Amino acid sequence: MSHVVIFRATLRRELKLLARQKADWVNPLLFFIIILTLFPLGVGAKPNLLREIAPGVIWIAALLSVLLGAERQFRQDYRDGVLEQLVAARAPLLGYSLAKITAGWLGSGLPLILVSPLLILFLGLSTDALLAVVLTLLLGTPLLSLLSALGAALTLSADKGGILLALVILPLYIPLLIFASSAVEQASFGLGYQAQLAVLAAMLCVALALVPIAVQKALKLNVG
Amino acid sequence: MFKWLDPYAKPQVLFATLLWWQRGLMPLAIVVLVIGTIWGLGFTPADYQQGDSYRIIHVHVPAAIWSMGVYAWMAIAAFIALVWQVKTAQWAIGAIAPIGAVYTFIALFTGAAWGKPMWGTWWVWDARLTSELILLFLYLGVMALQNAFADRQTGDKASAVLAVVGVVNLPIIHFSVEWWNTLHQGATITKFAKPSIDPSMLWPLLICLLGFALLFGALTCLRLRTAILQHEAHRPWVRQYVEEQQNARV
Amino acid sequence: MLFEQLDLQLSAGEILQIAGKNGAGKSSLLRILTGLSEPEDGAVFYRNVTLSQSADDYADDLCFIGHLAGVQPQLTALENLSFWRACFALKPADDWALLATVGLAGLEDIPCQQLSAGQQRRVSLARLWLTPAKIWILDEPFTALDQSAIRALTALIASHCSQGGAVLLTSHQAVDIPGYQVRQYMLEYRW
Repeated sequence: MSHVVIFRATLRRELKLLARQKADWVNPLLFFIIILTLFPLGVGAKPNLLREIAPGVIWIAALLSVLLGAERQFRQDYRDGVLEQLVAARAPLLGYSLAKITAGWLGSGLPLILVSPLLILFLGLSTDALLAVVLTLLLGTPLLSLLSALGAALTLSADKGGILLALVILPLYIPLLIFASSAVEQASFGLGYQAQLAVLAAMLCVALALVPIAVQKALKLNVG
Repeated sequence: MFKWLDPYAKPQVLFATLLWWQRGLMPLAIVVLVIGTIWGLGFTPADYQQGDSYRIIHVHVPAAIWSMGVYAWMAIAAFIALVWQVKTAQWAIGAIAPIGAVYTFIALFTGAAWGKPMWGTWWVWDARLTSELILLFLYLGVMALQNAFADRQTGDKASAVLAVVGVVNLPIIHFSVEWWNTLHQGATITKFAKPSIDPSMLWPLLICLLGFALLFGALTCLRLRTAILQHEAHRPWVRQYVEEQQNARV
Repeated sequence: MLFEQLDLQLSAGEILQIAGKNGAGKSSLLRILTGLSEPEDGAVFYRNVTLSQSADDYADDLCFIGHLAGVQPQLTALENLSFWRACFALKPADDWALLATVGLAGLEDIPCQQLSAGQQRRVSLARLWLTPAKIWILDEPFTALDQSAIRALTALIASHCSQGGAVLLTSHQAVDIPGYQVRQYMLEYRW
């Protein structure tokens, strides 16, 4: 039983489910946009202020919106007994986890990237800064998906899963937040930000190598 | 390589061994800490720059150093638990985490208490304090995760995974916060050049450092023994032990 | 603690029923036997090798259908079957004909959440027709099934055992497999 076969089958299945349950990708997207709306409403709409806080605000909104969708990632399969079956059959959960994470990114990360031009309007970002936003989202949202899948897998059978997931994962998000928002900030001053992008890429590589294994372990122990 | 450790993984053997260690470590820890804190807080000369308020470093610095050291020990226990499936190592995580959390809290609290005379404010987002705060969240996350499950064993195992993930992240978080701090130098220059420390201040600091370490060891023995009793409550040797303790008390 | 001092054996061609009142621990015992849970003391042996050492071989020879259906409600029965086929290396087959055999003709391509509980159970039991596994561990397989489905399942179990397979199932009702003496193991409820 190979990882590739199960990866493809799971990915196909998840894409079908994404197409059928539009709320799974529409809701986090709307949440993202609403948070971006809340900030000008909360801190005042002075263009200079908004431009200053924009980098952090965008990334916090992205964090929270991915976190919102995280809890549901494995829960349905856990409740239905699909995970139990996979663990009992010792199916290669690594392929399953990777497919779930990929589909999760397609549902919660990719829409954010596509919607980011809105940010020019909402937060008065320059086009340089927008490019930085897109690049950091491109590198950062897969990292968000990986970490949130880890949180979801760890808290799968916990009693109060949702908020516990956030508590567990938010500290791990902090380096990503720091470097991504710094990149956007530098870009808005017209400065280079290759260093930050390089660090983000490095974090993504490390996470890609280590997180799926941890997710697999976490799924097994929650079902066992 | 670690075969000689195998018998110590068994709860009953570990329980007896830990008692022996605890009996040695606890009094030693108390003595060392008392000496160190009184010497450091009371009898060291006043610093020419910072006056008397700097003395808190005798509590702040050991607490901060050991808050990270304790996390490392927790991660080692977690690693043992995950790789060799040792149950007592899983229980050790729950024993160690609150100690580390309290040390972190002490570091934060004393850092804030130091901050008031130093910077005129109770809190400042300098790299070290911010790192400590995030470390506190990591500890609280491990503790929350462990207690969130109906099945205690799942909680133990999940917190083991989280502890290992956290220890990988710890250097990343630490360095990224330091880097962030250099970017966002606030209006106040919080440059904190580490002055070369005078021997009269160094000795009590080292003694407190040792004291905190011994206290950690002693408390871990105590907490782990309690955890063993809780998890093995249905075993005959525990019932026998409890009976003996009750009879001794009567 | 649910139970202690259990001694069970299952050989090829046998059907073993774990019986007992609700809450006696039947499902928990099954989870231990499938390797999902670990017992506090004692071990499970497959072909005289402990489960921890023979886990992969055992998993290849095992088909476990648990208390939960394992059916994704938003997918159709056909889609669920094709997913399982990929995950559990099931035999390729005519899924339409198979679903007709279990009595789901005409319901193959609607989302499973629109099926009744018994119908969803039949989708999950359809795996038994496709699996190459020799050992079947079934948790309350006859729950929510109607007479025709029960007949089809008992016939399948009988033919599986006649080909050298073994079946371990739980049920709090009597199990009647034509041509086979079903051994019973009673789990007592522990106060």
